[in-house]
Amino acid sequence: MDFSRLRRTITRYCVGEEIWVGSRTVYIGHKEPPSCAEAYMPQHYPDNRIVSSKYTFWNFIPKNLFEQFRRIANFYFLVIFLVQLIIDTPTSPVTSGLPLFFVITVTAIKQGYEDWLRHKADCSINECPVDVVEQGKVVRTQSHKLRVGDIVVVREDETFPCDLILLSSSRYDGTCYVTTTSLDGESSHKTYYAVPDTMAFRTEQEVDSLHATIECEQPQPDLYKFVGRIDIYKDKQEPVVRTLGAENLLLRGATLKNTQHIYAVAIYTGMETKMALNYQSKSQKRSAVEKSMNAFLVVYLCILISKAVINTVLKYAWQWSPDRDEPWYNHRTEIERQRHVVIRAFTDFLAFMVLFNYIIPVSMYVTVEMQKFLGSYFIAWDEEMFDEELGQGAQVNTSDLNEELGQVEYVFTDKTGTLTENNMEFIECCVDGNVYIPHAICNGQILSAASSIDMIDSSPGGYRREYEDLFFRALCLCHTVQVKEEETVESIKRGIHQGKLGYTYLRLKDSYMEILNKDDEIERFELLHVLNFDSVRRRMSVIVRSSSGEYLLFCKGADSSIFPRVVSGKVEQVKARVEQNAVEGLRTLCVAYRRLSESEYLEASHRLTEAKLALQDREQRLAQAYDIIEREFVLLGATAVEDRLQEKAADTIESLHKAGMKVWVLTGDKMETAAATCYASKLFRRSTQILELTKKRTEEQSLHDVLFELNRTVLRQRSISGLSVDCLDFGLIIDGATLSGILKPSQESAGHGNYREIFLEICRNCSAVLCCRMAPLQKAQIVKLIKSSKEHPITLAIGDGANDVSMILEAHVGIGIMGKEGRQAARNSDYAIPKFKHLKKMLLIHGHYYYIRIAELVQYFFYKNVCFIFPQFLYQFFCGFSQQPLYDTAYLTLYNISFTSLPILLYSLVEQHVTMETLKREPSLYRDIAKNALLRWPAFLYWTCLGVFDAVIFFFGAYFLFDNTTFTSNGQLMTTNTQMMFGNWTFGTLVFTVLVFTVTLKLALDTHHWTWINHFVIWGSLLFYVIFSLLWGGIIWPFLNYQRMYYVFMQMLSSGPAWLSIILLITVSLLPDVIKKVLCRAVCPTASEHAQSTRPCLTVEPSTIFMLSQSSSRMSF
Amino acid sequence: MMASSYNAKEEDGHHSGSSSHGGPGAMKSKKPDNTAFKQQRLPAWQPILTAGTVLPAFFVIGLIFIPIGIGLFVTSNNIKEFEIDYTGVEVDTPCYNCAKNFSWNSTTPCVCAVNFTLDQPFESNVYMYYGLSNFYQNHRRYVKSRDDSQLNGVESNLRQPSKECEPYRTSEGLPIAPCGAIANSLFNDTLTLYYIPPNGTKLSVPLTKKGIAWWTDKHVKFRNPGGSANLSTAFQGTAKPVNWRKPVYELDEDSENNGFINEDFIVWMRTAALPTFRKLYRIIQKKPNSTPTLSSGKYVLEIAYNYPVLSFDGRKRMILSTISWMGGKNPFLGIAYITVGSICFFLGVVLLIIHHKYDTRSNSAEIPN
Repeated sequence: MDFSRLRRTITRYCVGEEIWVGSRTVYIGHKEPPSCAEAYMPQHYPDNRIVSSKYTFWNFIPKNLFEQFRRIANFYFLVIFLVQLIIDTPTSPVTSGLPLFFVITVTAIKQGYEDWLRHKADCSINECPVDVVEQGKVVRTQSHKLRVGDIVVVREDETFPCDLILLSSSRYDGTCYVTTTSLDGESSHKTYYAVPDTMAFRTEQEVDSLHATIECEQPQPDLYKFVGRIDIYKDKQEPVVRTLGAENLLLRGATLKNTQHIYAVAIYTGMETKMALNYQSKSQKRSAVEKSMNAFLVVYLCILISKAVINTVLKYAWQWSPDRDEPWYNHRTEIERQRHVVIRAFTDFLAFMVLFNYIIPVSMYVTVEMQKFLGSYFIAWDEEMFDEELGQGAQVNTSDLNEELGQVEYVFTDKTGTLTENNMEFIECCVDGNVYIPHAICNGQILSAASSIDMIDSSPGGYRREYEDLFFRALCLCHTVQVKEEETVESIKRGIHQGKLGYTYLRLKDSYMEILNKDDEIERFELLHVLNFDSVRRRMSVIVRSSSGEYLLFCKGADSSIFPRVVSGKVEQVKARVEQNAVEGLRTLCVAYRRLSESEYLEASHRLTEAKLALQDREQRLAQAYDIIEREFVLLGATAVEDRLQEKAADTIESLHKAGMKVWVLTGDKMETAAATCYASKLFRRSTQILELTKKRTEEQSLHDVLFELNRTVLRQRSISGLSVDCLDFGLIIDGATLSGILKPSQESAGHGNYREIFLEICRNCSAVLCCRMAPLQKAQIVKLIKSSKEHPITLAIGDGANDVSMILEAHVGIGIMGKEGRQAARNSDYAIPKFKHLKKMLLIHGHYYYIRIAELVQYFFYKNVCFIFPQFLYQFFCGFSQQPLYDTAYLTLYNISFTSLPILLYSLVEQHVTMETLKREPSLYRDIAKNALLRWPAFLYWTCLGVFDAVIFFFGAYFLFDNTTFTSNGQLMTTNTQMMFGNWTFGTLVFTVLVFTVTLKLALDTHHWTWINHFVIWGSLLFYVIFSLLWGGIIWPFLNYQRMYYVFMQMLSSGPAWLSIILLITVSLLPDVIKKVLCRAVCPTASEHAQSTRPCLTVEPSTIFMLSQSSSRMSF
Repeated sequence: MMASSYNAKEEDGHHSGSSSHGGPGAMKSKKPDNTAFKQQRLPAWQPILTAGTVLPAFFVIGLIFIPIGIGLFVTSNNIKEFEIDYTGVEVDTPCYNCAKNFSWNSTTPCVCAVNFTLDQPFESNVYMYYGLSNFYQNHRRYVKSRDDSQLNGVESNLRQPSKECEPYRTSEGLPIAPCGAIANSLFNDTLTLYYIPPNGTKLSVPLTKKGIAWWTDKHVKFRNPGGSANLSTAFQGTAKPVNWRKPVYELDEDSENNGFINEDFIVWMRTAALPTFRKLYRIIQKKPNSTPTLSSGKYVLEIAYNYPVLSFDGRKRMILSTISWMGGKNPFLGIAYITVGSICFFLGVVLLIIHHKYDTRSNSAEIPN
C-alpha cells in the first residue's frame, strides 16, 4: 500500500484539508474484532516520534540555503553575485558576495543552532519512558515506540505521551483530572471521563481483557473537537456502542493531576497528535511599513533598471565612432571583439546593474530585522507594563508588527475581561418578581450576618417558597463545575449566596449531585443529561431526577435566550428587573425550569443519545435536539452580578479617543449592560449622540430605511459642524442580528444598494461603536469588514478569551490580555499585556516610537544609498560609460556594512523625538503619524530628492575641483615639497569621504535624543571610517591584486584644498535639510514639534469636561 | 473552530485567577530590571533645530566662509599660470606637420618648436605640466589594465603578468614589462624649454625631473625587479610595450629614475579621474638669488612629437604654473566658499525675520487637541 502511504504523506502536509479516509479504526490492544464482517481497510499510522526539527545533518545545507534564497532580497543579491561571477563586471564579486555570505551564514548558524536545540528536545521527548500494558503486564518502553492501539498507563503528574482515549482511572467514577497548561495555558483542572463500560477496570489484566475497537475521525488540529465511537465486544453479544467526545480524549502535552493512574489507549501518535498539528504556524502578518518599504523597493528597482538602460544606450551612442570605442591606447581583447554586439550590450546592461545594485541595500533587510527583534525587547522590559498580581509583563509574540502599533486607527475591544475585570460580584437576585439584595457585598468573602439577604417586596407564601427553592436548586445544579481541592470563583460565588439561603452544592458523585439544603440535609439529584453551554444558544441546561423521582430540566442563560421559551412565571416583573439591572451595567442570568414527564424525558433522552452518538454532524444534531428539549419553560427568576471596570480603563479609552483612534466594543452581552459599561468607560459620553441599529428598530422599520436615516443624520451633522468633526461625536450601537443582516450579501437587490457601504459610512463618522450580542465569528467578521473598507485602516483587536481569538488573528495587530479565561488569546496574539490599561503605553508610546524609528530607518536607508550610488551614475558620463566604479572595492563593500550601519541601527532603537511623559500627556500627538504619515510618497520623494541633491553636490563639487584646476597635494608631509597629481581613486575617495560624513551628520541632525550610545556610534563610526581608510591605504596588502588605494587617503588629507572642499561640500549638502526643518517648524509645525519646543514649559493638563458618567452610583471604578 | 472553543463566560469559565497566586504553576516573578537603558530613560541631550538655534550657526558659517573664500580667491588669483596648446590641429600651427605625418614606425622623432611670451615673471618654483584632453584614462578597461605586482618588482608577475593586462600582456611570445594599456600608452613627448633673452641667444631652462611622483609610489609601490643590479639583465626575457620606442630599462640614464621607478612613468600610471587632465612633467627650481624663476619674455618650447592624439580628437597642452599653500590655480573653491558663505548669511537674515514673525505667533498658539 505504498500508494496510500504516499497519499497520507501528502495529506499530512495539508492538514486542515479533507482527510482522505474519513475515520480511522483502532484495535485496542491490537486485538482484531471477533466478527470480521466489515472489512477494515488497514491503515498505517506513524510511530510516536515527534519531529519538530526542520533539518537533518545531511539536508541542512541545501535545505537551509533553499529556504533562505526563497526570500526575494536574498535571491536578488544571489543573482547579482552570480552575474558578477559570470561576466566581467566593474566590481569584484566580493563586494556583493561578502555581505551576502555574511547574512546567509549568520542566519544559517542561528537556524542551525535552533534546530540542534530542537533535535535535542525531540530526542529527550522521544526517549522518555512510557508504560504500556502488554499481555496483562506493564512493560516499560520508550515514547517513540508507542503505536496506535497500545494501552498506556499514565501516573499522576506524568504527561500524556500521545493522544489517548481514557479507558479507566484509579478513581471509582472513571474520571481523571488534567491540566492543559502547556497546551492552551489554562491552569485549571479539567475533568475527563471514561466510558462507563470500561471504567470498572482496575488492573492491567482486566484492562488487557478488554476487547474493543475505536472508530474515530482522522486527526485534526482543533483541540476541543473530537468525534468517535467505541465498540465493545463481550462474549459474542452484539457489541456495545458508546460515543466518544472531547471529554474522553486526553491530549498529548497535558498532565495528569489528582489521579493516581489511568489506563488509556493511544489513538493519535507522533506527528498526528493534536499538539503536533497545532504547531502549524499562524499566517504571517505584515505591517504597513513593510508594505510601503516594498513599494519603495519597486520604485528603486525601476530607477536601477532605467539607470542601467540609459547608460547602456548612451554608451553605444557615444561609442559610435571607433576612435571612442577603441582608441589606440585602449584596445579590446580579441575575444571581446568577436563577441556579438547584442551580447556585448546585454553584458554591459548587466554590468551597469551590478554597478548600481547597491541602491537596493541588502543591509536594510538585516537592519530592519535586527531593529524589530532588538526593539521588541523594550516592550518586554517595560516595567510600567508589568503586573505585580500576575507576575508578568508584556509579552511579544511577534516582533514584525512593532511599528504597526503606532498606526492603529480602529481598536476593537472585547468587554468582559478586557474592559472589565471579569471578576463577578453577586449583586442581587430576583425570584419570581421578588428582589433579594445582600447587605454587604464583599468579593470572595463569606458574608458575616446570617440575615444578609434582605427581602424587598416580599410576599411570603407557600407558592413563593416553592419557587425560591427551585430557583436555588437550579442555581446549584445547573453548571458543570467540579468541586475539587480548589474551587473556582464561580462556585465560591454560588456557595456564598446560596449558603445564606441554605443551599450549597457539594459534589458530583456517581452521577448524583449532592446539595446541602437549608436544613443541612443532603438532597441528591441524579444527573441525567447536561446540555452544554454554547455561544449560539447562550444557555445551558441540566436534566436531573430528584430523589422523589421527578424529572426536572433546569435551564439558565441570557435573558434573550430564555424569555422566548418561557410559557409561565412572572415574566413581566423579572423582565423589568433584568432590564433595569442591565441599564446599571450588571450581568444578568435568567433561570427557568421545566418538569418533564416520564415519556417526555425518555423522548428527550433518546434524542440526546442519538445525537451524541452520531459520527457526522454531531454538533448540528445536538443543537437540534437541544432546541426541541429546551422549551416551555417556567421562569424562576434572574440573578445579577457586577463585573467591574478594570482600573484606568476609562482613562485609557479616553486617551485612545484623543489619539484619533476609533474604539469599538464587541461583546456578547446584551445591549443595555454593554451600553452601561461603555458609558462607564467613557466610550460614550453624555454629549455623544447615540445611533441605534438594533433588532428592536429594524423590527419597526426596514433595515434599509434605518440605515439611510442614520446616514442622513450623520451627514447632516457633519455638514453643519464643517471640518471639525471632533467636537461632536456619534456613538453607534449595533447588535449581532442586525449586523448579520447588513453583512448578508445582497447581490440581486441592486435597488437596496450596498448596505455595507452605508454602514461603513456611518461607522466612519462615529468615534465609538458598540456591537453587542456578537458571536465570536461575528467579531472577526466586523474586523474584516473594517479592514477591507476602502481606506484600509489599520485595526487592532484586543481580548482575553478564546472567543476573541478569531478577531485577534484577523486584525492587523492582535493583542491578548493575560486574563482569567486562560491563555488562548495571549497565545494567539501578537502581543500580550496583563491589563487593558497597558494598551495606552503600548500604542501611544511604544507604537509611536517604533513607528518614528522604523520610518526614519527606511527612509534613511534609501537616502544614503541614493547618495552613495548616484555619484557613480554621474561618473559614467565622464568615463565613457565604461562602468568604472567611482569608489574602491573596500568602500563599496563596507559602506553599508560598517561605515553607516550602526548609527542608524542604534538611532532606530533609542530615538525618542518627544519624551515619554509628553507622549503620555498628549495622546493627540499620535495623530501626527497616523496613516503612515512618515512613509507616504511625498516624504519618500523628499528623501530621494535630498539624496539626489547631495549626490550631485558631492560629485560636481569634486568634479570642479579636479577639472579645470590643478587639484593637488602640496606634499608638505612628504620629503619634497612638490605638487603631486591626484588620480581617479583620490577623486572617488574624496567623494566617499564627503558622503560618509554627510550621511552620518544628516542622521545626527535628525537625532532628537542624544544618549551616550548615539554619541558613541555616530562619532565612533566616523572615526572608524578615518582609521580604516588610513589603514587600508597605509599598507601594501599582499592578498590584493591592486594597490590602487595605497596612500591615496593620506595624500588627500595632506592637501589643504581637500580639507576645505570636504568641509564646504558637507555644509552645502546639509544646508537644504536644515532649512527645510527650520522652515517647516516655524511655518507649520506639527503637534510633535510643538511638544518638542514647549518641552520645558509645564502644560496644564486639560481638565476633562465629561467627568460624569452615566453609570449608577453602584458602579465603582 | 471558534464556536466550540468558546468558553462560557457567563457560565462556567475555568478560572485560573485563584490558582495563579501560589499554585505549582506560579512562575517566579519576571519583573524587568529597572535600569535606565531597559526603561528607555537614559539621560539624553535633546537638541531641536529651531530658527532660534540655527540662526547663530548660519551667521557664524557665513562669517567664517566668506573670509576663507576671499582668501582662497585672492591666493588663487595670485597664482600665475600659462597654458599653450601644441597639438597642431590648425595648419598654421608649428606642430601641424608633426601631427599630420605621425607614424608609429618613424625612428627619428619629429621635432617642432612653439614660441610664446610670458607677460609676467613667475616667482618661486614653477611647475610644468602636460595636459591631455579627451583622453579617457578613467575608462574601466584602461584603469584595470595594469599589474601592480609586476610594478612592485615581483619576479613571477614580471614573467607572467596578470590577465588584466590583456591585450597588452604579451608581445611575440614574451611577457610585456610593464604590461597593460596604461603603461603601453605612456606619454612620451619630450618637452624642453628655452628662454630667449632680448639679446636673442637661446638659453635652456633647467628642468628637474625628480620629485614629481608621490614619495610612497616611488619608494614603496613601484620597484624594479631583481634588486638594483643591472636593469637590462633584470628585464631580460621581457618585451617592451608595443607602442614604446625604448624598453623600460632605458627610460632614463639615472639608475634612480629608471625602469619602473621612473617618475614620469609613475606619474602616468596614476590614472586621471576625468578625461581632461594634466600631469606634472617637470619642476623648474627657483633660483637661489632673488631673480624670478621664469622672467617675463620670450620662450621656445621644443617638442619631440611622439604622442598621437588627433585620432581620438584629443588635445595636448603644456602648462606652466606656480603654486601656493593651497595648491594650483583654483578659483572654484574660493568662489564656492564666498557663495556658500553669502547664502548662509542671507538665510540667516531670512530666518531671523521668520523667527521674529512666527515665534510670537506660535507662542500664543494653542496646542491642537
